Amino acid sequence: MPLDLTEHLKQLSETPAPSAHEGPVRAVIQAAWTPLVDAFEQDGLGSLIAVKRGTGPEPRPTIMLCAHMDEIGLIVAEVRDGFLRTEKLGGTDYRALLAQPVLVHGRRVLPGVFGAAPPHMSRDRKKYPPASELWIDVGLPADEVAALVRIGDLVTFDAPFVKLRGERAVGKSLDNRASVAAVTVCLDELTRRTHAWDVVAVAAVQEEVNLAGATVAAYQVRPDLAIAIDTTFGEQPGVNDDVSFALGEGPTLGRGPNFHPGLFKALRQVAKDHEIKLQVEVLPGHSGTDAWAIQVSHAGIPTALLSIPIRNMHTPSEVVDLRDITRAGRLLAAFIETLGPDTLAQIAWKLPRDNAKEERTP
Amino acid sequence: MILRELCDAIGVSSGEDAVRDLIYTHIRDYVEAVRVDALGNLLAVRRGTGAVDLRVMAAAHMDEVGLIVVGYDSDGLLRFRAVGGIDARILPGTRVLVGPERIPGVVAWAPIHLNSSEDTVSIERLRIDIGVSSRDAAQNAVERGELIAFDSRLVELGPTVRGKALDDRAGCASLIALIQGEPFPFDLHVAFTVQEEVGLRGARVAAQAIKPDVAFVLETTACHDLPEDPDEPDQTTITRLGGGPAITVVDRSMVSDPRLVRFLAQTGEREGIPFQFRSPQHAGGTDAGAIHLTRGGVPSAVVANPCRYLHGPASVMNLSDFENQSRLLRAAWMALTPAVLERD
Amino acid sequence: MEALITKLAEAWGPSGFEHQVRDLIRAEVEPLADEVWVDALGNLICRLGEGPLRVMSAAHMDEIGVIVSHIDRQGFARFSNLGGVLPASLLGARVRFENGTIAPVGVEHQFSKRNEIPRLEGFFLDLPADSGVRPGDPGAFVSEALWQGERVIAKSLDNRLGCAVQIEALRRLREQGTPHTLFFAFTVQEEIGRRGAQTGAFALEPDFGIAIDITPAGDAPKASPSAITLGGGAAIKVRDTRHIVPGWVRDLMIARAEEAGIPYQLDVMMLGATDGASIQLARAGVPTGGISIPARQVHTRSETALRGDIVAAVDLLAAVLANPIERPT
Repeated sequence: MPLDLTEHLKQLSETPAPSAHEGPVRAVIQAAWTPLVDAFEQDGLGSLIAVKRGTGPEPRPTIMLCAHMDEIGLIVAEVRDGFLRTEKLGGTDYRALLAQPVLVHGRRVLPGVFGAAPPHMSRDRKKYPPASELWIDVGLPADEVAALVRIGDLVTFDAPFVKLRGERAVGKSLDNRASVAAVTVCLDELTRRTHAWDVVAVAAVQEEVNLAGATVAAYQVRPDLAIAIDTTFGEQPGVNDDVSFALGEGPTLGRGPNFHPGLFKALRQVAKDHEIKLQVEVLPGHSGTDAWAIQVSHAGIPTALLSIPIRNMHTPSEVVDLRDITRAGRLLAAFIETLGPDTLAQIAWKLPRDNAKEERTP
Repeated sequence: MILRELCDAIGVSSGEDAVRDLIYTHIRDYVEAVRVDALGNLLAVRRGTGAVDLRVMAAAHMDEVGLIVVGYDSDGLLRFRAVGGIDARILPGTRVLVGPERIPGVVAWAPIHLNSSEDTVSIERLRIDIGVSSRDAAQNAVERGELIAFDSRLVELGPTVRGKALDDRAGCASLIALIQGEPFPFDLHVAFTVQEEVGLRGARVAAQAIKPDVAFVLETTACHDLPEDPDEPDQTTITRLGGGPAITVVDRSMVSDPRLVRFLAQTGEREGIPFQFRSPQHAGGTDAGAIHLTRGGVPSAVVANPCRYLHGPASVMNLSDFENQSRLLRAAWMALTPAVLERD
Repeated sequence: MEALITKLAEAWGPSGFEHQVRDLIRAEVEPLADEVWVDALGNLICRLGEGPLRVMSAAHMDEIGVIVSHIDRQGFARFSNLGGVLPASLLGARVRFENGTIAPVGVEHQFSKRNEIPRLEGFFLDLPADSGVRPGDPGAFVSEALWQGERVIAKSLDNRLGCAVQIEALRRLREQGTPHTLFFAFTVQEEIGRRGAQTGAFALEPDFGIAIDITPAGDAPKASPSAITLGGGAAIKVRDTRHIVPGWVRDLMIARAEEAGIPYQLDVMMLGATDGASIQLARAGVPTGGISIPARQVHTRSETALRGDIVAAVDLLAAVLANPIERPT
């Protein structure tokens, strides 16, 4: 059955699974990937590790695709008088929470809302209220709340996935479910192609908490090459042009110290050969993604970063162009097809002796 | 002069190729097992006499801080960001070399007649002029993501030298000198590392591959010994030029192994080699910060050349300090045994 | 246990220079453990028992301290911090150096700017002449440990309380037995980046980890928001700034506490992290939890905790380590 990207992304987006509580989306992803891969493996923190074997002779090199599956969310930090104070799970933007509907995952799922003093009363409307002044109201008496909700319970956004005009859609958690969907597109494409290398697709946990999942998954998998898939800033008012990218003009490919230049060039070439739209994203240092952790695993792993531009990152209403997801997935599959016995040697750094330029002149 | 060659070579973090090639030519006749790893580190082994059974790592980083092209203005001026830590205040009017073709450029700065504000202009608002006048021309000349280095040549001033990238080409030069000297009692696993300035990246994977028992980092460190303003708060100079190579006790990235600090100090005293201790007060980390936390932990120490005006085109270093860096380490390594790492 | 806590709290061991407190702890644990050793960065490790599951419990030995950075124009010593030293806690503090010298801390503009708290650079150490203290020397604060009824008031309850809890748990488990291979790690350099736990966990390759530390209570005036109270029992970690405890690990601890009637509370602590944040990232990842003792006035010379909470922490740690540890399928 051909992959229905919109349906798949909708399901991913609407599944509540913040950092360290990825179980529900893990199950969704595993179900989607099962017909596309050969086996699943475990690591110590619970990332989903899927293995699709290649056709080359053993021992086969491995390429790891890593997309984190956790979303930003909140956790109940205090229950007082029927109201709930929260702390972040990941980079949640508290400024975008006032009046937002949420779901509190206590003994049962309770719809709630971040309340605010009415405009008539607010003394200071020039600043967003700090997190410590934001309380969730679930509309129930205090004793019921105390029985249903305790510290540590999850809070996620009650935000449906909706198609907009054209190829765009809005939903929560497109960071990073859009990237997970791109990996699904890639795995789906690979069922119609052959590839020599083993492909290990990782839906990593806890990226939003110090890249924890990618760190340990890379240790476990120990790939020869790695591509992290994440999201990046879409162009919009108030965002610096140098660090944001047009929606619908293709995913971005990272360029900078975090990325192996040989791998960067190879991916850029494949995009060109297949006429897949691609933008270049210059990142002078820490990329803020799983790629940063993966690159320094073991004795070092040549790493690349593919990112899908989204607007309104870390709010419950992120916007993406679905074509960019398809392009990312297709680029990954096309690149994987090119991997052969000489790939590593071709992208490796060279010493003067390797350039067969001999120094002794008679 | 090896130091001159190394400092004048261009190797901004992640683009160290020219420096690596240069270092390779200087060490190839003295080492075995030369290789370049996945991040670009140059790794090799200087075989020892076999008298001491210790796996010793020595590291110096090849990269220098610089800039990177991120965009173009419609009038052909380049937008850029820093690679590594750069104080934006040194940039106005600075000469640079852009991209692999080393296109000369200058950081533009509005004339004082027209703008005399004293507020620091951030890097995001500065521009580099390579002489073209349109976005298209700029795009044809230079790609986004290409690296930019300071345009500066090493100059001898007498007892001192002035140039760019003394941090850490001086450390590289010392390590080369150590490799070219007599073999040590143990195999020396050398790592000329990449990307120290953007997060100690190369050293970490080099150490993860080498798995040493002990590690020494040859660095170049800050020195702020200018005349003091008595009205300003009393500050440490961090190190003093001419005070000898500086041993780190504690910096932001590491508490040096006290046994190694003691051993280095005793070596200096015994051999009559001047040395000093780097003041712990200031920001700064080294490759040892990454190395000592790899795997099960690696006792580590840093010996650094004091240097004024680091992370800019015109740093100043004392040549005696520089010579004493390799003298101190040679003497220490000749006397190094597993007993140094025993716990009392 | 009171005498042990007093001795540990008063011991000298700033981050990176823990040897004195390590020797003290070693003397306590050597008769209790099957094996004791010191690893590459200086962590003290004890092994107890042999079972299929390797469990690492970690409590850091280091305390926050200072390190002399230079001697100023007037001959007073200036210093930098080892770990999170609060400037507000410095005026009138006493610092001891390894050679025994004790120096009081002074501050610039002591009277003329008495309503402002300067940064560390505005403080200095008043050293006696010929003290022998030089730049690069580490120092730790001096403060007598006091028990009054249920309360202990001392410096370095963060984390000598954690060390005491581990020692007591080790004592108990030696008696009652454990199905696991237990590693009790007394770690170094937690206050400057959880460094000892990072390398220690890599070396031990545990299947499961627990960090024992203190946690700041939220029940004092304008304290940072937290539901933790003194007297509320052992704090079971839900999350801190760098570590989210897996749900099943937290639930396991809650179950053990409820089975044994141990008072407990749930801890969301957003002021910092503990050794658990490093342990969980070792190699291919380690499910890791945390048990903490509530304390007030954290990172001052008068940290305050209650005996009942300390005992609850020992009880809970022993209960977890004496019983099976299994992730429900």
